Amino acid sequence: MTQEKNTYSAAGEVGSVLEKRTFWARAKIELSKSPWTARFGLLVIFIYAVLAIFAPIFAPYGEAEVFPEPYAAWSSEHIFGTDQIGRDIFSRMIYGARNTVGIAVATTLLAFLIGGALGLAAAINRSYIDQLLSRAVDVLMAIPSLIFALVLLSIFGSTVTNLIIIIAVLDSTRVFRLTRAVAVNVVVMDYVEAAQLRGEGLGWIMRKEILPNIMPPLIAEFGLRFCFVFLTIAALSFLGVGIQPPTADWGSMVRDNASLIMFAQYDLKAGLTPLLPAAAIALLTVAINFVVDWFLHKTSGIRDEQ
Amino acid sequence: MHPVLQTVLGRLGLGLATLFVVSLIIFSAIEMLPGDFGQAILGQAATEETVAAFRRELGLDEPPYVRYLQWVGGAIQGDLGTSFSGRNASGTDRSREVIDLIAPRLWNTLFLASVTAIIAVPVSLFLGITSALYRNSVYDRTINTTTLTTISFPEFFVAYILILLLASLYPIFPSLANVDASTPLSERLYRSALPAFTLTLVIVAHMMRMTRAAIINLLASPYIQMARLSGASQTEVILKHALPNAWAPIATVIAFNLAYLVVGVVVVEVVFVYPGVGQLMVDAVTSRDIPVVQGCALIFAVTYILLNLIADIIGIITNPRLLHPK
Repeated sequence: MTQEKNTYSAAGEVGSVLEKRTFWARAKIELSKSPWTARFGLLVIFIYAVLAIFAPIFAPYGEAEVFPEPYAAWSSEHIFGTDQIGRDIFSRMIYGARNTVGIAVATTLLAFLIGGALGLAAAINRSYIDQLLSRAVDVLMAIPSLIFALVLLSIFGSTVTNLIIIIAVLDSTRVFRLTRAVAVNVVVMDYVEAAQLRGEGLGWIMRKEILPNIMPPLIAEFGLRFCFVFLTIAALSFLGVGIQPPTADWGSMVRDNASLIMFAQYDLKAGLTPLLPAAAIALLTVAINFVVDWFLHKTSGIRDEQ
Repeated sequence: MHPVLQTVLGRLGLGLATLFVVSLIIFSAIEMLPGDFGQAILGQAATEETVAAFRRELGLDEPPYVRYLQWVGGAIQGDLGTSFSGRNASGTDRSREVIDLIAPRLWNTLFLASVTAIIAVPVSLFLGITSALYRNSVYDRTINTTTLTTISFPEFFVAYILILLLASLYPIFPSLANVDASTPLSERLYRSALPAFTLTLVIVAHMMRMTRAAIINLLASPYIQMARLSGASQTEVILKHALPNAWAPIATVIAFNLAYLVVGVVVVEVVFVYPGVGQLMVDAVTSRDIPVVQGCALIFAVTYILLNLIADIIGIITNPRLLHPK
């Protein structure tokens, strides 16, 4: 604008309104209106992401570096002490952000890829493929997923790849149901029919016509699914059948140091040590729940209270 | 045929079909094992004859459908096969029947689950109904925030916080819940107090939120408003108008959460070293003792499917719209 600040110009005002807001500008406006819970959640997620990506920079010691003193107390040298074979717990917590969260993200992405693609295909096709997939999903969902995961892990063995694939397949059932349910409403729209008559292929209709219109519920579901996957993987690792040592992982860290809890009477810090990784898991799930809650309110207008 | 009976029979058939497919999946676990697992289980030193005998005992020389029928037939009669552990290369067999391993532990798990259910169901129904009635009050908001946080916590986190507070800092309860068949009831209750408490906290959070949602959903319906407008008192609205329609959603919520309880028990049993089916299953997965894993998985799956089926059926037979067909 060329006008001076204290003179009014209608053209200037209209011009500035017409200016298209960038993605970041819109995000900033949304953020300034967001409740504190959502901001807190976003902040926590951001910190976790930074820690996970730059883990080697933040961690004072290596992931599997062993020091002579096992179960060392909290000190300036080892902020949270050392574990049962003398590895620095603080460093392992930071690497755990990379491993546990990373594996959970990979699993959730894979689950959405499988469940989303099949769900869309079933919604568009609506023939025997739909019937077949839906019945298969019904059966898979009839077995509690933790039990199913345990059975499959006992057959294929606990490696990270197996873990990711098994949990992703089990979880894709829920993604399939949601995707199919929301996509069915979009498939009947005229513009989808127009695209079909135009001779577009299945892939195009899925990506360009339907996906953009069912994004909000899928994004919210992504957050919730991630929490679920994250908790399942943490539980499996805690049970000793998930992520295997020496990979630092929050679930197995809780299990490894659990015996310290009985020393809380003599040294409260030692007693708190096994709770730290568990608290890290809890904090992230709470943060994501806060953000998803806010996102759902924004996109769907669903409110708990009238 | 009466429409209620028809729907119930339909659900039963569906449940049986699901059970069939699930048993097929669990059975095929042993099929999917990599090639020469007889050797892997008996060890490198096993002779050709021992491996062959082991394969014959598992019936690997017979076609799969025969083995499936034998396995299901055995399972119905309470025979789930023989555990892999305790076998070795020399051919001496110290292994135990899977059913002997599971039976005492199943009783322990059921005990823990029932104690939890007896506490959790009334508490969460009370909290759910009252918070729905006093919606948006401080009471409601406090309960809501607390339960939302509890849901986000992993079960072992809740368990260890309780151990830290009630077993370590203030040693009121034991942190290890080691019970056996000879433990008297009072002692058994005392020792399983912390695992039951942990499960109760987790379950109440879920159940209370679902009950609250079900009641709020109901109180918003036009016929409740009609009852209010015609001058019915608050208690009358709830007891005479809302509750008859609320039984179905509430029963569904309870059965659904009991099914969830069956799974939640696994982690909690491991934390407190409680000798239940969940712990047995995790141990069996670690040592890849497939017959035990299959047995435990079958029990969990059957319980889960049955509870969901019960929830469905209660939902159908308490639905006033179905009971009085036009």
